[in-house]
Amino acid sequence: MVGRARFALTVLAFGYAFLYLPIALVILYSFNESRLVTVWAGFSTKWWSALFANEAMLRAAWLSLRIALVSATVAAVIGLAAGYVLARVPRFFGRTLFGSLVIAPMVMPEVVMGISMLLLFVVSDQLVSWPNRGFLTIAIAHITFSIAFVAVVVQARLADFDRSLEEAAMDLGATPWTTFRTITLPLIAPAVGSGWLLAFTLSLDDLILTQFVAGAQSETLPMRVYSSVRLGVDPQINALATIIVAVAACALIFSGWLTRRKA
Amino acid sequence: MNAQPIVSIAGVSKRFGAIVAVDGVDLDIRRGELFALLGGSGCGKTTLLRMIAGFETPDTGRILIDGQDMAGVPPHRRPVNMMFQSYALFPHMDVAENVAYGLRREGLPAGEIARRVGEALDQVRLADHGKRRPAQLSGGQRQRVALARALIKRPKLLLLDEPLAALDRKLREGTRFELVRLQEQLGLTFVMVTHDQEEAMSMAGRLAVMNEGRIVQVGTPHEVYEHPRSRFVADFIGIANILPVEGGRAWLALRPEKIALFAARPNTDRAEQGRIVDVAYEGDRSLYRVGLVDGSMILVSTANVAREPREPWPRGQEVWLGWANDAGQRLNE
Repeated sequence: MVGRARFALTVLAFGYAFLYLPIALVILYSFNESRLVTVWAGFSTKWWSALFANEAMLRAAWLSLRIALVSATVAAVIGLAAGYVLARVPRFFGRTLFGSLVIAPMVMPEVVMGISMLLLFVVSDQLVSWPNRGFLTIAIAHITFSIAFVAVVVQARLADFDRSLEEAAMDLGATPWTTFRTITLPLIAPAVGSGWLLAFTLSLDDLILTQFVAGAQSETLPMRVYSSVRLGVDPQINALATIIVAVAACALIFSGWLTRRKA
Repeated sequence: MNAQPIVSIAGVSKRFGAIVAVDGVDLDIRRGELFALLGGSGCGKTTLLRMIAGFETPDTGRILIDGQDMAGVPPHRRPVNMMFQSYALFPHMDVAENVAYGLRREGLPAGEIARRVGEALDQVRLADHGKRRPAQLSGGQRQRVALARALIKRPKLLLLDEPLAALDRKLREGTRFELVRLQEQLGLTFVMVTHDQEEAMSMAGRLAVMNEGRIVQVGTPHEVYEHPRSRFVADFIGIANILPVEGGRAWLALRPEKIALFAARPNTDRAEQGRIVDVAYEGDRSLYRVGLVDGSMILVSTANVAREPREPWPRGQEVWLGWANDAGQRLNE
């Protein structure tokens, strides 16, 4: 019995180590004095200062953040509508096709999506001189694949939603829209919220699709990081990764708090 | 008192795919009565109730509420309110907000809403529970919140879907009386759906027995119990012995309590000899299964009015059964 418990603990320790040791090292080495990522030469915050002085990096981060905010919000609205229709309207013309089309971006290789979107934007640019490749095209591309994730989460939440709550609201004089606003939406808000977070994260770290549709001037954070890594890593990247880990952890804690408060 | 029925249902049918849920129902519900729709699961009683509320649309037929055709009128514009079997309390609102929901939709001033919510909570004895969430209430309290919420708009008609099914037995008995008292006090029409014949009998002024989407009998509990019109009704309401009479061309529905037990051949209109096969002693009464000479079984129940030193009719005892000619209901079916 004791041997078994020890074995389980060892497996657990290795599992955690595998997942979190690299992250811990990244954070630790962001405070490294040495330029070499693999050699510890004493504590320093100079890479953090360098990061905050690195304008190209900051510009890229700001662009990524704006794109993620816009695309997650738009995707949450459209995905909510799509998920609602898929969960609530049992039959309409083209329902099966609609369902597959909503889900398709989840399984479609990003390269394919990237090429097709690039072609679309190029043709559209030639015909009507719109849109300029940059913020707008990247946001549209991110919205396109994020909708699927929001729709799936919302549809799943609505599948086990007690319909009699909505009926009770209507019975008490609420129009269908008021019912949706006062009963349905508040109760599925956690699902929409996690859909939004998912879309936000997906947008923030997308590289492949973004590279197809980004213009010459616009560079998102993942693109910037990727190109700077090719020139050789320096611990600025570690500092940046530390910030991202911190933001992600806060988001996780916040969404956990939100779900617990709702329940 | 207005003689026009509050609800008038004419030729209403509803099918779901291949299943006919409600099949050509005609029914009038009178103003101010407590009416029960009684039947087993799948008999169409809930579908009928939901059609009155507006959650389902009849395939054929018409439903009039207070003389107005309800065809095409959505649930939120009907002068009825419903208490749901699950209560359907809004989990993200507290008790007072739940009760206020219907009044908010009418856009009444906040002061009046607060006053009427206070009155409604008083009426169901939950005045100091306004700030609680539904999840923090007991089953009985939840039921009362649902009732207050459904009554606050002063509907012409209150629909109750299995109002007592979710309560435990002790609470159910008390709540029965409370609902009847409230209905009489407010002078409202209640239409209640239930599968529990005891509940329907004890609460309703009139009831409709439903089977396979049709109404098989409408009447007062007394009429339906003492004068069932079919073997189904006789069997469904209470216990009935169904005896062939007139050489098998008709049947007699005979209630167990209308039969008396005797030690010797009695001087009643009808008398049969038999032997006690089984005894179910229930305290206030005993139920006997008696095997007759011809091999058939008859159920007899007696009220245990005297404190007998021992079971007066033990198993295996030879007995005589006696009943009057008018004790049972003749059925042609």
